[in-house]
Amino acid sequence: MSTVIKVENLAKNYLISHQSREPYTTLRDVVAKRVKNLFSRDRKLGRIQEEFWALQNINFEIKKDERIGIIGRNGAGKSTLLKVLSRITEPTHGRVSIKGRVASLLEVGTGFHPELTGRENIYLNGAILGMRKREIDKKFDEIVSFAEIEKFTDTPVKRFSSGMYVRLAFAVAAHLEPEILIVDEVLAVGDIIFQNKCLGKMENISKEGRTVIFVSHNMDAIQKLCTRGIILHEGRLAMEGDVDTVIDKYLGEGLGLIGEQVWPEIHKAPGDEVVRMHAVRVLDKNGKICTKFDVRDPVSIELEYRVLEEGHRLCTQLYFVNQLGHVLFISKDNLASPWRDRDCSTGRFRALCHVPGDFLNEGEISIVYGICTVGSSLIGHASTWHVLRFRVSDRMDPGGVRGNFPLAWRHDGVRPRLQWMVEKMTDGK
Amino acid sequence: MDDPQYDLIIEAGRTEHHYWQDIWRYRELFYFLSWRDVVVKFKQTVIGVLWALIRPLLTMIIFVFIFGKLAKFPSGDVPYPLLVFSAMLPWQFFASSLGESSNSLISNSGLISKVYFPRIIIPASSVIVSLVDFLISFSILLVLMLWYRFIPGWQILTLPLFILMAFGASFGAGLWLTSLNVKFRDFRYIVPFIVQFGLYLSPVGFSSSVVPQQWRLLYSFNPMVGVIDGFRWAILGQKDSMFLGDFIVSLILIILLMISGVWYFRKTEKNFADII
Repeated sequence: MSTVIKVENLAKNYLISHQSREPYTTLRDVVAKRVKNLFSRDRKLGRIQEEFWALQNINFEIKKDERIGIIGRNGAGKSTLLKVLSRITEPTHGRVSIKGRVASLLEVGTGFHPELTGRENIYLNGAILGMRKREIDKKFDEIVSFAEIEKFTDTPVKRFSSGMYVRLAFAVAAHLEPEILIVDEVLAVGDIIFQNKCLGKMENISKEGRTVIFVSHNMDAIQKLCTRGIILHEGRLAMEGDVDTVIDKYLGEGLGLIGEQVWPEIHKAPGDEVVRMHAVRVLDKNGKICTKFDVRDPVSIELEYRVLEEGHRLCTQLYFVNQLGHVLFISKDNLASPWRDRDCSTGRFRALCHVPGDFLNEGEISIVYGICTVGSSLIGHASTWHVLRFRVSDRMDPGGVRGNFPLAWRHDGVRPRLQWMVEKMTDGK
Repeated sequence: MDDPQYDLIIEAGRTEHHYWQDIWRYRELFYFLSWRDVVVKFKQTVIGVLWALIRPLLTMIIFVFIFGKLAKFPSGDVPYPLLVFSAMLPWQFFASSLGESSNSLISNSGLISKVYFPRIIIPASSVIVSLVDFLISFSILLVLMLWYRFIPGWQILTLPLFILMAFGASFGAGLWLTSLNVKFRDFRYIVPFIVQFGLYLSPVGFSSSVVPQQWRLLYSFNPMVGVIDGFRWAILGQKDSMFLGDFIVSLILIILLMISGVWYFRKTEKNFADII
């Protein structure tokens, strides 16, 4: 079969500026720096930019009809790779050769305008994704019924519920008919029923003989959808091969497991002028960083952050997400915190959340944290998706909740140890 | 070196083979973006299109009062409101399309970082909004002509040429400013300055004939001078309002502005997504 995408020695670097957080500069800064450089003996003093290689030495080929899953941690270079492949940004070195029409879906609802109606947004978004007006005309009814918004085609999308918004956005994208489809993690949004509908649609697309490149943290979706897999690790290609082998390796060797993340430099840490993260960790019962647990073990999530501005009522929350991308539960610090209902002072804070043993189910669990101000509405300060990831497995001895139940027990969210009472009732007769 | 088997090669620093062809392929996007900007502009406004009429009309009345009544500038044989309005039209078009296009990339940063298309479509479609405004306020001119019973001569047929020049001036400058704006946000503060000063450096409130001879050459380096004089000549048919020398200087400047604008835009557009 013929090769449709050939990537040779691809590399991409970004210049990261140390002082300003904004990627753009002001003329004043540039002039000031030039002047400073003129007078400084050591020219390097004035240089505040650092190179960061988001991608390095990437080589692979994709054949027609293949469905490639790209996996890797946050910051492994997945999104950069997709951006280069979809011509949004230019590579620093190397070359990509592509055969066929490419459509990329890096975000759901790009270019949606809240003031425009559903109908108007379908046309606008379709055009942005590269569809012709004729094509959209032909598929209009199909798109509307896929999105289940028949009654609202002439309502401005700002009045849509977030679910309707996402459904409409995905529906437009799902009706693209390119030869090569590039999809970033877009299924992480929307309710589960709709997510499954989207996955089904994507399966159909790939059955029609189109090439698909798919990025996701959701291994289940990758396994269902893809034939081959690529692991990116710190900007390099760590492994390439058959999708099951790649996922096994990714999960098995713990390439995907993250027990700790530290942001040593405050201006690079997630956050804003109110809160900046310092570190997040998964800890075992001895307070050691750990990524592999038994179902009976307690798990603790630790967050360290700095509060930079006084007077905010902060709330920290953790989302526990399983490998299917389902949120198992959300936990907030607002019951235990001594700062509950009080304005926070500045300084370093540590928050610890204990999940008891015999509560989590087997599987990969990733953590999304969020720190926000609670008022009449929520104002987010810092959050990171899939910042930590750990595995819970079962030793299969009868000491756990499982008892001597011999079969798989994976399809539910949690596996708590609950009080049961079973007794034989005395027959009244 | 190129394998003919592939339709598209992505490499560092590679200029597109099909740049202009690509723009033609994306013409529907151009249409939809312009349409979006026009529709959104008038959504949720009570009087909608009337806004496009009120602004130039009020500005004209103030200018007639200041320049015509207080400063008593000459207007030749045409009524002062007509003199002002025939210049106000191209100036408003220039000013608003310069403002729109120089901010266009930043206000569409979501699109730029998530989808590929020839980026030049964004500033180009933003100029269309101003063109629509221009056409709407053109109707005021027609009403004024009826009011003063003024009948234009054959010169009115050359008006499209001057509209094209006004488009060129604002689009060329807009391309420069919008690509600089992506990297240096200072330029969004510069545009209001250009517009504010330009209004007094261009013959909007007065006729070019009041400019002293020794300043004439310097004055004609403002490309809008040729455009506005051209508008007056085409609409009012005043012989002394149009100087061939000025016009040629303006034309050359506008062409240079366009060419260099496109050149600079293309040079920088590949990095837009990284720094916006």
